[in-house]
Amino acid sequence: MAKTIIPFGPQHPVLPEPIHLSLTVEDEIVTQAVPALGYVHRGLEKLCDIRDYHHMIQVVERVCGICSKIHAMCYCHGLEEMMQVEVPPRAKYLRTIWSELHRVHSHLLWLGLFADGFGFEALFYQLWKIRERVMDINEATTGNRVIVSVNVMGGVRKDLSLEQIRWILSELELVESELKALESTILDDYTVKERTVGKGMLTKEQAYDLGAAGPTLRGSGIAQDCRQLNYAAFSDLEFEPVVEYDGDSYARSKVRYRETLQSIDLVRQALHKLPDGEINVKVKGNPEGEGVARVEQPRGELFYYFKGNGTKHLERLRIRTPTFANIPPLAAMLPGIELADVPVVVLSIDPCISCTER
Amino acid sequence: MFKITPMTKNILKNLITKKSTRPYPFVIREPFEESRGELYNDIDNCIFCSTCARKCPSQCITVDKEKGIWTCDPFVCVFCGTCMEACPTHCLHHKRTWRPVSGQREMIEMQGTPPKSKKKAAAKKEEASG
Repeated sequence: MAKTIIPFGPQHPVLPEPIHLSLTVEDEIVTQAVPALGYVHRGLEKLCDIRDYHHMIQVVERVCGICSKIHAMCYCHGLEEMMQVEVPPRAKYLRTIWSELHRVHSHLLWLGLFADGFGFEALFYQLWKIRERVMDINEATTGNRVIVSVNVMGGVRKDLSLEQIRWILSELELVESELKALESTILDDYTVKERTVGKGMLTKEQAYDLGAAGPTLRGSGIAQDCRQLNYAAFSDLEFEPVVEYDGDSYARSKVRYRETLQSIDLVRQALHKLPDGEINVKVKGNPEGEGVARVEQPRGELFYYFKGNGTKHLERLRIRTPTFANIPPLAAMLPGIELADVPVVVLSIDPCISCTER
Repeated sequence: MFKITPMTKNILKNLITKKSTRPYPFVIREPFEESRGELYNDIDNCIFCSTCARKCPSQCITVDKEKGIWTCDPFVCVFCGTCMEACPTHCLHHKRTWRPVSGQREMIEMQGTPPKSKKKAAAKKEEASG
């Protein structure tokens, strides 16, 4: 059979954001996939030349629309370590709570999009209905639904009242029970299994060699989670990285489903242990020297590099997002699968292209 | 062979529960207490110090101290609330609701009374007395 090259993307019904894959196909079977990026580059890192390091918090939040809080937290965490600022414990807990709420809504969004990707629209609507409760928590506690803008250098801007804590706990109970009611559909349904089991295999060795991150890595049996680095309040909370061993699209969706429940539990733990005290400290001076920060985003490890020169503008800011790390594993997953399964496998790494191109 | 999928139970339950959507714009949900909508300046209390303009990460605020004009470009504002917290007289606040959709790029412009500079005030006093 002759080789045919089929372009997949940058505009494709399953892709919310543009990525181009050049697929070499032999009789409906993909033999090679070559990714191409560069459709939505915005140059946000370069903005540190004209925005001072306090203003940059609002800029880095806009790197990713889904996990904005986690970007801001990573940025503040890295700079605070560089400038040796001691963040109050209550602020650390509040950061943890909002970042885990972001993980919950990001995973619910992805589970919905994934279901939509293989044509299970009823499940898509159900999951997004549940997600709306988390978005409401975000809006009620921070003022905005998506770009929450709660981080400042030295802590957070908003506090949670006792009444709000009680309401969040009751809402999370509803989210958990509603999600568990869908468990058998997400994990055992015939349609779901038919489209995902055995599709887009990534072995443990491949995942490690190609530098996969997040649920893509944990779905292949490697128990690595940046939250184990104990940033924010994670050192006081109990959790184990969620691991699945099959390495296919089904394993990756299972990891995300279980992580959603785990994050709900982490928010609950943090709310119960929330200490009293200040929520931020004043930060004086300008950043000088070099520093890095690593945190766990819903899609995997997020990495920030900073270089300061003693002025209020950073000399260099470099952001590496997990989708960038997951593109080589994606190129390894695609050969050998049918063309019809490509959209599902591409979605299984939870691609966030705007994040990748910044 | 026919098999009942796990989703069937959920679908049947949805038939008897109330709708989770609302017929917007006829039914509008009340905004939350903390929601950040349109930026508003209580201009009578404004001292035109320009702190908001300096702290704003999107640089959407301009302040003319001489004429006493405070301007905000709502198309550039990112609704982060930084200006509101930085304001020394607490005259800035976010409304809970958003601006209605606009076909034109209209600025939020407010005219207040510019503060009298100390030197001019002192000179006037001298004139009056002497």
